[in-house]
Amino acid sequence: MRKNDFDVIIVGAGPAGLAAGYVLAKEGISVAIIERGIFPGSKNVMGGIFYRSSLDDLIPDFYKEAPIERHIVEQKIWLLSGDSMFSTGIKSEKYNAEPYNCFSIFRAKFDKWFAKKVADASAMIINETVVKDLILDGDRVIGVKTDRPNGDLYCDVVIAADGVNSFLTKSLGLRKKITTNNVALALKEIIELPDKVINDRFGVSGSSEGVTIEITGPYFDKMRAIGFVYTNRNSLSLGLGVVTEDMVKLKINPNDLLEEFKSHPAIKPLINGGETKEYMAHLIPEGGYYSMPKLYSNGFMVVGDAAMLVNSIHREGANLAIESGKFAARTYIEARKIGDFSQKTLSSYQKKLEESFVLRDLKTYKNLPKLLEEKQYLISKYPKFIIDAMYEMYNVDKVSKSEKIKLIMNRAKKELGYFNILKDVFSVWRDFR
Amino acid sequence: MRIEDKLYLIGYNIDEEESHLGVSDPEECKKCLGRPCTHICPAGVYSYDDEEGKLSINYDACVECGTCRIVCSYITWRYPRGGFGVQYKFG
Ligand SMILES: Cc1cc2nc3c(=O)[nH]c(=O)nc-3n(C[C@H](O)[C@H](O)[C@H](O)COP(=O)(O)OP(=O)(O)OC[C@H]3O[C@@H](n4cnc5c(N)ncnc54)[C@H](O)[C@@H]3O)c2cc1C
Ligand code: SF4
Ligand code: SF4
Repeated sequence: MRKNDFDVIIVGAGPAGLAAGYVLAKEGISVAIIERGIFPGSKNVMGGIFYRSSLDDLIPDFYKEAPIERHIVEQKIWLLSGDSMFSTGIKSEKYNAEPYNCFSIFRAKFDKWFAKKVADASAMIINETVVKDLILDGDRVIGVKTDRPNGDLYCDVVIAADGVNSFLTKSLGLRKKITTNNVALALKEIIELPDKVINDRFGVSGSSEGVTIEITGPYFDKMRAIGFVYTNRNSLSLGLGVVTEDMVKLKINPNDLLEEFKSHPAIKPLINGGETKEYMAHLIPEGGYYSMPKLYSNGFMVVGDAAMLVNSIHREGANLAIESGKFAARTYIEARKIGDFSQKTLSSYQKKLEESFVLRDLKTYKNLPKLLEEKQYLISKYPKFIIDAMYEMYNVDKVSKSEKIKLIMNRAKKELGYFNILKDVFSVWRDFR
Repeated sequence: MRIEDKLYLIGYNIDEEESHLGVSDPEECKKCLGRPCTHICPAGVYSYDDEEGKLSINYDACVECGTCRIVCSYITWRYPRGGFGVQYKFG
């Protein structure tokens, strides 16, 4: 009989694969994590906000030793038009107290650190190796083929943590071809600035306190897009994500779009004098609940971005990746006790996800991608109305406030139509109820 | 900032021996409407030479986002061999 090289093989050393590897290694299970980069994180990109709680379960107080940039004390939302910006958000001293809610991080540093912890827990991390294919026995996954000479490796279960482009999920037929509608192309720059300048510009009192800005509105007319600016210690992470279909339709050159965004009168003063240190691009799986593949098969489970587990409205991805990695690992541990790795047993992975906030949240927003596909104007027209109304109310031109309110209401009637507003409110309410 | 200047900032371990990108049917590129690959790629990897009637692929610059392969099914896309390709300092 063929002998297993490892009990479990995990493909991809992002947060999903590393979390699964950590849980398994801690239980004394022999596990290999195969990563195509020269080290974990070397190919990975994220806007950069990492929520504490999912990893804290695994490595309590990890943030005291992990390479983090700033803890986030204020989160803002900006509505942007060509010449104006309306800002709202939340700043709280509660966010300024340990154990903190979230941090800004750099993936190349953070994933590398996390991988070291996982290796210390005795998982084997195999870098510079691409998994080309799965090895099947009938319809059961029993190992992986790598691009190394004699690189076939055998195991009980393969966990696919290979990110948004997951070829493995596709090769098993668990998911259909990704469409341009289900993914956003995201671009990002790291812009270096002295920490004191950042503290002043973002109104924080120390170099460990951070701010996030999420940006939407009529500026991104006809695009389902979100911009962001996050503070790091000595730099800003600035970028945008646009649903790929909209970029193709509007024939947009992503770098031109980013450059234009950087020159907006509300953005420019934030980055003035800064120097770009790195430019990067990555896909975000934004299709939500309905775009998820089947999550398991005989000897196989899918976690993280490969499973399309991203809540784009709340920019949660890395934490969902970690959560799903943990559930997959625990499912393996249960299956091992009864010595059965069939899909019947592994289906409890799906159940765990359903019962957790991961799939509950994705279900809450399940209709959002479709809603925005049909009603893109929800993120341009209404924000435009808010910006214009605010401008009007604060613009003193001897018109009385009561008259201004009347004018604004008239515009609402004319531009949006009361009946249309009711219809939109109803469809949003119906979808999120 | 021009894309060329930004690409200088990225670390790569270039695979001199083989390209991980290609096109399965170059004839299709001649007929292709709008040639979306030439504007959608965030690293400007694809360009079309009208005189030669040929698509050129500067695979060295690829940041492996995967967008082109979703946009066009004639693009044959693989990951670079293990250890090759883009290498971020920050990410
Ligand atoms: C611009 C941007 C902004 C984002 N902002 C946030 C944010 O602020 N907060 C947040 O929580 N999330 C954010 N996300 C989402 C988050 O980055 C992802 O959800 C998360 O990284 C998913 O983790 P993962 O482990 O599933 O996949 P990944 O992190 O993509 O890891 C996959 C790993 O697998 C490796 N790999 C792939 N295929 C193979 C193969 N065949 N062989 C070997 N190795 C392979 C890759 O090299 C990679 O290391 C953002 C994403 C982007 C692109
Ligand atoms: S690669 Fe695809 S998108 Fe690009 S020119 Fe050829 S057919 Fe068109
Ligand atoms: S994968 Fe991304 S960076 Fe590479 S060629 Fe395709 S679109 Fe360009």
